[in-house]
Amino acid sequence: MKPRPPFGLAAAAALGATFVLLPGVGLLSRIPWDRLPALLASPLVADATRISLLVAGGAAILAGLLGLPLAWLLARARFPGRALVRSLVVLPMVLPPVVAGIGLLAAFGRRGLLGGPLRALGVELPFTTAAAVLAAAFVAFPLFVLPVEAGIRSLDPRLEDAAATMGASRWYALRRVVLPLLIPSLSSGLILAWARALGEFGATIMFAGNLRGRTQTLPLAAFEVSQTDPAAGIAISAVLVALSVLVLIALRGRLFR
Amino acid sequence: MTPTSGTRGLEVDVRARRGAFELAASFAVEEGTTVALVGPNGAGKSTLVSVLAGLLPPVQGRVVLDGQVLDDPARGIHVVPRARPVGVAFQDLLLFPHLSALENVAFPLRARGMPRREARRRAMELLIRVGVAGRAATRPGALSGGEAHRVALARALASAPRLLLLDEPLAGVDAAARPAIRSLLWEIVLAVPGLRVLVSHDPPEALALADRVIVLEAGRVTQIGTPEEIRAAPRTRYAAELAGLNLFRGELERVEPGVGLLRTTEGELIVAWPHGVQAERSRVLALVRPADVSLHLRPPVGSARNLLEGPVRDLTVEGDRVRVRLASRPPIVAEITAGSAARLGLRPGTTVWASFKAVEVRVLPA
Repeated sequence: MKPRPPFGLAAAAALGATFVLLPGVGLLSRIPWDRLPALLASPLVADATRISLLVAGGAAILAGLLGLPLAWLLARARFPGRALVRSLVVLPMVLPPVVAGIGLLAAFGRRGLLGGPLRALGVELPFTTAAAVLAAAFVAFPLFVLPVEAGIRSLDPRLEDAAATMGASRWYALRRVVLPLLIPSLSSGLILAWARALGEFGATIMFAGNLRGRTQTLPLAAFEVSQTDPAAGIAISAVLVALSVLVLIALRGRLFR
Repeated sequence: MTPTSGTRGLEVDVRARRGAFELAASFAVEEGTTVALVGPNGAGKSTLVSVLAGLLPPVQGRVVLDGQVLDDPARGIHVVPRARPVGVAFQDLLLFPHLSALENVAFPLRARGMPRREARRRAMELLIRVGVAGRAATRPGALSGGEAHRVALARALASAPRLLLLDEPLAGVDAAARPAIRSLLWEIVLAVPGLRVLVSHDPPEALALADRVIVLEAGRVTQIGTPEEIRAAPRTRYAAELAGLNLFRGELERVEPGVGLLRTTEGELIVAWPHGVQAERSRVLALVRPADVSLHLRPPVGSARNLLEGPVRDLTVEGDRVRVRLASRPPIVAEITAGSAARLGLRPGTTVWASFKAVEVRVLPA
């Protein structure tokens, strides 16, 4: 049994919990229930929802594809500069998103580092849905890599040795032993990356702009309509709150154990 | 496959490194043998198992199984683990936690390409043989320790390996389940054709189950022989302890007719001069049965020429007998009845005198 906390501590902790809860409560209290169906059915919200789901899904998958080999290397390999690479992976988490967006323009923009080669291939990224996916994948990247790296680290490499002594090829061991055991951390990583991508604002608006039906995600739409119609902003926010609650349910306390 | 000779069995002559540890092992055993690989902790037993399983390529030497060269670094030969006819039961079992007992046992079969249905049928037969068919659908996390050991043994047998490696198969088995697992080892696991290598640091188990005993100490093979040979003439202190004997190594010198003085680095013993030894001085091994050593709380007066004084280091109870280890010069182990130990009030630190007669010291050429 854990001891009962002293009153002072309990009160201070309650203050913290209230601080975290209050914006959500405020939001719920201001939802214009009578206009809600009409607002949610509006083409603007429908477009933004579609783009948001597309962008967040695409970003989570992209972060997963790019992040899995890196997570594996960080968890299993020893190489010079490993600590540095590890810190760089976390960079998108600490970088202001707007700066990330400017950086993405400098890398993939028309006059960016890869602008020339990309144009030669007939690809122009900025202000496309693909750019929104890229921006969201960039900020979501560490949220995929960190839990997956931890998952790989906790996987006993001797299970792979054991599989090898049983005649399993590397591919067979990967398919039947490694990946099944990594499912919890892979799904944690994907869900966290998806949630972070869903809320992405700064990098997206810098790199992909705010084009309705192409790059305008729910957060961008909420920001835009809030300028003129706060109630509509709250309605869109309510959609995002609902999605966040779904994420929490999907994680079911898997985040911190 | 590179056949070199028609001989069936295992020939090993390797050097292997794991970190700073170096193993240099050389031995040969015939097909159909159960080999006990014994030695103190850190002697290199698990390293040797890794080499035989192909998980640790040796830096030098050869491993040949039934004429097939598995390792020969000089010729660039290293057969990878999955291509070896080897089955391993790991010390910590390493059952796949996400697969049922049945799927664990079927794994080696399916990994080698057997269709799922056939693999499951064979796996079920093995689970029946090891007595856990009722737990086929259970995952390892929900199995009892004894059940998990049975599943691991069944899995090692599944591919009908020509070389079966059992790394401490009784380690971690609770006392209640131990006899059942030991008889399972004896009746089923060690009865399979081919070669069985049993790693053990449990002397009675090793001597009871094996045809051949390989003693490994500090990365070297210090003795190889049948359990009877090890019991009769252990070559090192560890092997002597394995056989339950005190072993001393030193220089024997004649001090009076029929009596010699054995000088070891840790003290001296008086021994009856061995028949057939002519030289006035020679290097010898000397064995003393612990049961021949008497313990006293005060210095005894009598015919025993050897009298060693020292504090009790530890006591090990084996049934109604107690093995008492003395920090004397040289150190010695006495075996007395539990009643005697109680009557003397022995506990670690108690100072006692150990006595035994010169004729009770068996002398062997070193």
